[in-house]
Amino acid sequence: MVNTVLDGLAGIGRAVLMLCRAAGALVLFALVGLSHLLRPPFYGRMFLRAFIEIGYFSLPVVALTAIFTGMVLALQSSTGLARFSAETAMPSLVVLSITRELGPVLAGLMVAGRVGAAMAAEIGTMRVTDQVDALTTLSTDPMKYLVAPRLLAGTLALPLLVLVGDILGVLGGFIIATVKLGFNAATYISNTLNYMQTIDVVSGLTKAAVFGFLIALLGCFNGYGSRGGAQGVGAATTSAVVAASVLILAFDYGLTELFFAR
Amino acid sequence: MNGAAAKIRVRGLRKAFGAKRVLDGVDLDVPEGTSTVVIGGSGSGKSVLLKCILGLIEPDAGSIEIDGRDVLRLPRGERAALRRQIGMLFQNGALFDSLPVWHNVAFGLLAQGRVNRAEARTRAVEMLAQVGLPATAAELWPAELSGGMQKRVGLARAIAAQPAVLFFDEPTTGLDPIMGAVIDGLIVDCVKRLGGTAVAITHDMASARRIADRVAMLHSGRIIWSGTPEALMASGNPYVDQFTHGRRDGPIRMELRG
Ligand SMILES: Nc1ncnc2c1ncn2[C@@H]1O[C@H](COP(=O)(O)OP(=O)(O)OP(=O)(O)O)[C@@H](O)[C@H]1O
Ligand SMILES: [Mg+2]
Repeated sequence: MVNTVLDGLAGIGRAVLMLCRAAGALVLFALVGLSHLLRPPFYGRMFLRAFIEIGYFSLPVVALTAIFTGMVLALQSSTGLARFSAETAMPSLVVLSITRELGPVLAGLMVAGRVGAAMAAEIGTMRVTDQVDALTTLSTDPMKYLVAPRLLAGTLALPLLVLVGDILGVLGGFIIATVKLGFNAATYISNTLNYMQTIDVVSGLTKAAVFGFLIALLGCFNGYGSRGGAQGVGAATTSAVVAASVLILAFDYGLTELFFAR
Repeated sequence: MNGAAAKIRVRGLRKAFGAKRVLDGVDLDVPEGTSTVVIGGSGSGKSVLLKCILGLIEPDAGSIEIDGRDVLRLPRGERAALRRQIGMLFQNGALFDSLPVWHNVAFGLLAQGRVNRAEARTRAVEMLAQVGLPATAAELWPAELSGGMQKRVGLARAIAAQPAVLFFDEPTTGLDPIMGAVIDGLIVDCVKRLGGTAVAITHDMASARRIADRVAMLHSGRIIWSGTPEALMASGNPYVDQFTHGRRDGPIRMELRG
């Protein structure tokens, strides 16, 4: 009896230790990656490639997510707010939810699935086929060549995506409100603009930058450390997406505290 | 040894992966301007040995001297500078599959800023011709090449920057006998003409005799025999004899499952 309890505690202890080790390795990896952004040579082409991959090719999925989110928000809140006879608050509720919260978080989760997985798979394949080692033997630092450009691209691309998503999300709400719920278009727009503050958008975009960094970081970190053939790359891909998604939600809470809690 | 200074001197090199001891006290001298062939059974740690010297795997113990300086005990910058003079052909080619063939070949030259992108393409085509590939191959992607062609592109990439030391991990495996002989000739050329130093891993005894000034055999984590290629086939060492003659019976037991 005592033994099983002790075994259980030992297991928990081991898990905690492993988690701390992984977290330490991740932080170190991030710092090394960032330090390469400050020292030449810079790989502009690699940055551009990653930026286009993240920013441009994620546009459709982020746009669709944002539009539908705006639409469903309008629908839900109009029926919900009707109980308090507060339907007029609907436009500001939609715009606040989208810019502060749902825009960055949903875009982050979608991009984590798309881009984080692809990064982990690409770098992981390069690792297990010795391509990462080959870089080193050809006078190129793989952290500088593979990781640093992706970190920068993720950090810069996601805010732009989220900005587009914010606009489309509000548009989705606007369409449902005017076409289906009989709102006056001009009132809807003026309501939206009147209640929206700079901090709403700025906080959302800051979140997006942090999420973009996290997605790229986890994709690179897991790919870079992958071992053992196709199976290892598959495992790296999965943990890149899972870890990025969890961290996005955790940082979302933390950043919201930072911006709005008093 | 031949009076020539050792370009690379390995002493007591140890590396274990978990409980598995792969290198267990390797001593190896590679004299400047010669080519050394390392032979040994599959899984005996030949690739790991080269990767340790290149700094791609951190050994557990021992010393690796390049130009008389112990790379494991130097500061990072100097360590990298010493190792930058080594070019490597990886066992599986390790071509960058996101880059076309010409960019693969010229990668080292571009990275060192020795050519611009326009010159890089011409240089790549020259290098490809040296390994018997047509200029049309330059525009292909690595995935579009046969295994033997990938190996030759890998070779062209390794020698493009004319490094002072060249490592070849099974340069002729997967090539037809004629191309194998051509590649061997190319390796000998690199060493003789450029005054370079080479370490090659091979399973091919004919190739070993063509390339080698010296042969060393790696077995159970150590160099158990080394000598000239002429002495190789009649070494009197039962392990070497079994290996070079490809006998099933002898002191080396292959680990077979089942
Ligand atoms: N990164 C690694 N992690 C764990 N084990 C490894 C690693 N690299 C090599 N090994 C192990 O080290 C041993 C030696 O591997 P190595 O690739 O050096 O063999 P080799 O002599 O080159 O064989 P071959 O002739 O088949 O290429 C193998 O048993 C392999 O399983
Ligand atoms: Mg090998």
